[in-house]
Amino acid sequence: MRIIATLLVKEFKQIFRNRLMLPIIFVVPVVQMILLTYAASLEMKGISMAVVDQDYSQASRLLVSRFEGSPFFEINLATSNYQEAEDKLTGDQVDVILHMQHGFEKSLYSEKETDLQLVVNAINATEAGLINAYCTQIIADFNGQVRAEWFGLDGADRITNLEIIPRYWYNPLLDFKIYMFSGILVIIVTLIGMLLTALNLVREKEMGTTEQINVTPIRKYQFIMAKLIPFMVIALFELAFGLLIGRLLFGLPIVGSLGLLFLFTCVYLLAVLGIGLFLSTISHTQQQLMYMAFFFMLTFILMSGIFTPADSMPIWAQKINLANPVAYFMKVIRMILLKGSDFRDISREFYSLCIFAVIILTLAITNYRKTT
Amino acid sequence: MNRFFGFVKKEFQHIFRDMRTLLILFGLPIVMIILFGFVVTTEIRDVEVGIWDRSMDQASIRATQKIFSSGYFVPAGYIDHEEEIGDLFRSGRAKVVVVFEEGFERNLRRENHAAIKLITDASDANTAQLSLTYLQGVLMTYFQSVNQDVEMPWSVNMKSRMFYNEEMKGVYMFVPGLMALILMLISALMTSVTITREKEFGTMELLLASPLKPREIILGKVTPYVLLSFTNAMTIVLLGFLVFDVPVKGSLWLLMLECMLYITLALSLGVLISTSAKTQQMAMFMSMLGLMLPTILLSGFIFPIDNMPKVLQWFSTIMPARWFIVVVKNIMLKGTGFAFIWKETLIMLGMTLFFILASVKRFKIRLN
Amino acid sequence: MSKREHIIEVKDMVKKFGSFTANDRLTFHVERGEIFGFLGANGAGKTTAMRILCGLSYPTSGEIYVAGHNVYRERERIKKKIGYMSQKFSLYEDLTVSENIRLYAGIYGLGRKQIASREEQLLDRLGLTYIRSRLIREVPLGWKQKLAFSVAIFHQPAVVFLDEPTGGVDPITRRQFWEMIHDATEEGITVFVTTHYMDEAEYCDRVSIMVDGRIDALDTPAALKQQFDSKNMNEVFLKLARL
Repeated sequence: MRIIATLLVKEFKQIFRNRLMLPIIFVVPVVQMILLTYAASLEMKGISMAVVDQDYSQASRLLVSRFEGSPFFEINLATSNYQEAEDKLTGDQVDVILHMQHGFEKSLYSEKETDLQLVVNAINATEAGLINAYCTQIIADFNGQVRAEWFGLDGADRITNLEIIPRYWYNPLLDFKIYMFSGILVIIVTLIGMLLTALNLVREKEMGTTEQINVTPIRKYQFIMAKLIPFMVIALFELAFGLLIGRLLFGLPIVGSLGLLFLFTCVYLLAVLGIGLFLSTISHTQQQLMYMAFFFMLTFILMSGIFTPADSMPIWAQKINLANPVAYFMKVIRMILLKGSDFRDISREFYSLCIFAVIILTLAITNYRKTT
Repeated sequence: MNRFFGFVKKEFQHIFRDMRTLLILFGLPIVMIILFGFVVTTEIRDVEVGIWDRSMDQASIRATQKIFSSGYFVPAGYIDHEEEIGDLFRSGRAKVVVVFEEGFERNLRRENHAAIKLITDASDANTAQLSLTYLQGVLMTYFQSVNQDVEMPWSVNMKSRMFYNEEMKGVYMFVPGLMALILMLISALMTSVTITREKEFGTMELLLASPLKPREIILGKVTPYVLLSFTNAMTIVLLGFLVFDVPVKGSLWLLMLECMLYITLALSLGVLISTSAKTQQMAMFMSMLGLMLPTILLSGFIFPIDNMPKVLQWFSTIMPARWFIVVVKNIMLKGTGFAFIWKETLIMLGMTLFFILASVKRFKIRLN
Repeated sequence: MSKREHIIEVKDMVKKFGSFTANDRLTFHVERGEIFGFLGANGAGKTTAMRILCGLSYPTSGEIYVAGHNVYRERERIKKKIGYMSQKFSLYEDLTVSENIRLYAGIYGLGRKQIASREEQLLDRLGLTYIRSRLIREVPLGWKQKLAFSVAIFHQPAVVFLDEPTGGVDPITRRQFWEMIHDATEEGITVFVTTHYMDEAEYCDRVSIMVDGRIDALDTPAALKQQFDSKNMNEVFLKLARL
């Protein structure tokens, strides 16, 4: 125990003597959390629309006015020249074109139905799907209005009278910032913990000081523990710091038990710092380590469900995710913070991570070579 | 000149000797495109739905069957108390609970008005919103079909055309962004670290003392990365085409030229970083936090720039990747020519010149 | 000389890296309390042999005992009884003089009181008390090396291994350094030192000279000079290298 304490004193002194550390621990995460939470918004703001009204009738104007009245749409161009609108679409100045051809109103009267063209820039398929859905909704409402007011068919239309009432539990206003913030917090805690741990050990290797350590009677687990604990403390601090920022800036709710969250985070950190240590035992230079760490981090984070539903991934990806600590933490942090899940609810994730941590730390310790 | 080629050869050998790194450098684009094509999608499947049916009549039972035969949802069980909703959500056994009001069918028939409550677990806001949209769609379509016997006159039919991406594939959005990210990673991050490494170990002094000119040293260091980056860019284009049918509608030559311009831009940024970083760790964190995350998040790669607050939109204009993504989207997906992208090209050229001049200046200061 | 205990016993030690043989059937012993010089040109295999004795590297074959322990099975026991000063600079550059001493003392399990009093003693003897709280990276090279040596013997090991300890320092500091080595033997510490400065061999009780992975000569400096009919050790070495 005394030996680990001696080593810990050394690590902490070195960490805080490094002038890079303070900005990495305090400034960078704050900037990232604020910036990224705002940037990583999945909410759609004004959809920019071009209206090509070649009919210019009462019906077409009424329809356009419904789009004008919608909070989702912003009409940036009104023209009768379709080509002009398509150029704007190509130039990314509008997202969607609403096109009503000559005879729009006439065929509504004579044939009891009429066609409407919608041209959507679908490069971003998700956004295109949403735009399409909003338009469908507006046109359905428009149809109901026309039938009722113009043709006196009130009540005959049962469909619009099926009311669907959405309710958003734990996040009643469907505030995406809360959702994204918790995800970004996970990334920052992971990135700082894992990268700093891994770089630290490889740096000592590269500088040659590990050689001196290796001729001493230090046990491998003592050395690894001394490398693990300081960064675990820093990462836990980062979590607390992040929660505070989230609370103050974004009104992040903390429904569940903080104690449980920190307990879970400890196990999580053992797992990811273990990965960092393992990677550093198999690399010789900081450069090598960086490539590997970058590769694994990027893959882990993208698969963790930070901004896409993890439970809807293909089965093979979900199987891979069983060995992805970030995916567990991403899920659990949201469960505890937003839903107030208790230990029973997260026990499967908790025990899985325990097993993972034991395996990876054993690998890291056995793979650390005092003798070559 | 011979001396220079000798130096470049040495740098190549240095990279190629390390198999593991090489594997990662070439494997990265492949893994990423597979992830973005198959895994990072906004589609939903097998979302667990709980049912709280307070009327248990034919209409509600039919609607329930419809929900589970849609393919997007799987049953998480029936409940009959409000408290159970919380249990389902907290343990993660259900993401949505559908509540049919009492006397659902009667209300629907007699009063022409009935309500279904969709309660979602919005702690995962994204899944909540997506499931809700899908569920709404399923229910609406079903009740519409039930009422088919009722004549529906005077309606406007919407015909949608999905421009540039008829089948609405998610991967279209990611290919340009992925190119921007990986080129930035290899060109800027890796060169900055390689050069800083020489500085940290004092071998840079050795090189500077050799008959090689400083610009030859820098060129020699970056040349292998130019080739690596370019190969990776083309791998992404090829994989996108072979696996996901992402086309190159415009000129391939123009695309290659623009790639080279962006690579040069990223490399000069990498060199600039290396002139200001003292240690590898510093270079790494500068590139990682200053370049990688903004490239992913502020360039329009994943999150549309239009949806960001004004300040961030303004901030994104200094991201080289933002302009490159516009260029690639235009050439590959829209098939437009240079007329539509000259502005972006000029901006990238300007940035490149700026970074080169800034690094030369910093380098001179150091030598003095 | 009376028959003394062998603190290091090496028989037929071989170390191969692929097809390259770095140590070719080395056989020698080191007696307790002596200064044993391990000489040879760069690349002769000195560092490789030393790393094996310190437990940093596995031998390919051979029977090797250090301080009575087998290097295959009891490396961790050996490590408690040895000190080591590597060729690459081994103190932490971003820790102070005093912090480095305390770190290594703590690693060897010395008590806090013991550390404090011996640290005072050590700094006093080296005349370094005034820079005790300065970072190692700000300390001149000569001082660093003396300090590294002191740290390597701080826990009073049975043997201390020094790998080219005087590389790159001026002649005066080198002399002082060798005085420190002599002082250490007075305290009963055996010194195993590699060097390629032949004049330093004169300070050793016995020297072995390695050429191309083999030990070509091993005896006291006086006996070697006589055997090779040379005025000094440098001549001995040159004659050996030409054979």
